[in-house]
Formats: sequence, C-alpha cells, structure tokens
Amino acid sequence: MIKVKFFAQLRERLNCSELNVDLNSSVTVDWLVKQLSETDQNWADSLKKDTVLVAVNQTLCGFNDQINDGDEVALFPPVTGG
Amino acid sequence: MISVQEKDFDVSAEYQALIQNNTTDGAVVMFTGLVRDFNQGNVVHGLSLEHYPGMTEKALLEIVSDAKQRWSIGKVRVIHRVGDLNLADQIVFVGVTSKHREDAFDAAMYIMDFLKNRAPFWKKERTTKGEVWVEANEKDSVSMKKWG
Repeated sequence: MIKVKFFAQLRERLNCSELNVDLNSSVTVDWLVKQLSETDQNWADSLKKDTVLVAVNQTLCGFNDQINDGDEVALFPPVTGG
Repeated sequence: MISVQEKDFDVSAEYQALIQNNTTDGAVVMFTGLVRDFNQGNVVHGLSLEHYPGMTEKALLEIVSDAKQRWSIGKVRVIHRVGDLNLADQIVFVGVTSKHREDAFDAAMYIMDFLKNRAPFWKKERTTKGEVWVEANEKDSVSMKKWG
C-alpha cells in the first residue's frame, strides 16, 4: 500500500488530502497519475501532467520515476513560497 | 539552521547569532521577504501559507547543503513562516556568512531562488476578490536556471 497526499489548490479541487492505493508491484508515477485520473473528469482535469509536481518519499521526482510499496507520494501544484 | 514556524522572527537576534563566535567571516548577507499589498493584479489584505511538513525541512536542507558545496560559506540560517500572515509581516529570512562578500551574496541569492522553486510552500492570498491561490511565477523558474 502507498499513501498519496495532495496539497494546496489541488487538495481543494479534489476535496481530498490523502488516500491509500494498493500496489501489487512497483509502478511509475505516470501509471499512478493515470489511475487516479480515471476517477472522474474533475480528477482528470486536475491531474494534467504539466500542472502537477510529484514527490516520492518527500523528494521531487519525474513522471518516469518508480513508486514502490510503502512509499509516500505527494501531488501538488507548482510551489509559491518565499 | 532551518526553521519552519508560525511565529515571527527577530532579524536583529538572527544577525547577532550569525556574527557570534565567528571571527573568520567578514561578510554577512541577510534577506527578508515580506507580505506586500498587491500581487498578480489583486489588492492583497493578507495571506495564508500551507506547506508539506517533513518535505519542507528536507527540501530546505538540501538547498542549503548544495549552497555549501558551491561556495565557501560559514553560518547559514533559513526561517520560513507558515499559517496566517498580514500585510508587511515577515515571511522568510535567509542569512549567510562568509569570509568575503561575494560568496555570501551568491549563496543567499541561490538559496532564495531554489526555495522559490523547490520548497513545498503554497500561498493563498486574501484579496478584495476573495481568497486566491498564488500562481507560480515564470520569473522564479527563470531565476533558478541562471545557476546552471
């Protein structure tokens, strides 16, 4: 099982801050985002690749990176601190 | 070295900490970011800052560690506030010491440029049009690229 977290306007649009996903094997970030996008049109629109950043185990990564069982994945919009 | 906190910070106290027991460094560069009243076409009354606890500290540590590899710098202090802030409140502090000024100037700029692009903070502004999430600024991603 992996934990998927959402932040900022993405969390608000999806009305979801966190969910769990069962994994049978290692997958790519791209695969996970595609799975989540199938939830409904809102999720598909909100999770468009060029608008979402991804972190695996609290490190920024790309859509081709791997996710393993037990990982913490986070999806969020471009950051605006400072 | 790194603090993510709701409470305000005292720049003069941070300055004293940077120069204390530090006879090797002849330069101190400090940057403070504040809440301003106008952004992206909106009149701003204040903002709230969300972050990703755990990753925030990790991302800032990595940025500081990269800066220490690139430049010969002494002490580094980074403070970033989260939660509700009002106009003119302090948001972020970066302080760097070095033997000579160039390293401290460059490292402080580098830390801010990467913080703006890599550290998971998000601002939601309270404006005359209601609450608005701040959009990422292209200028900020360009400013990071100058470091190669």
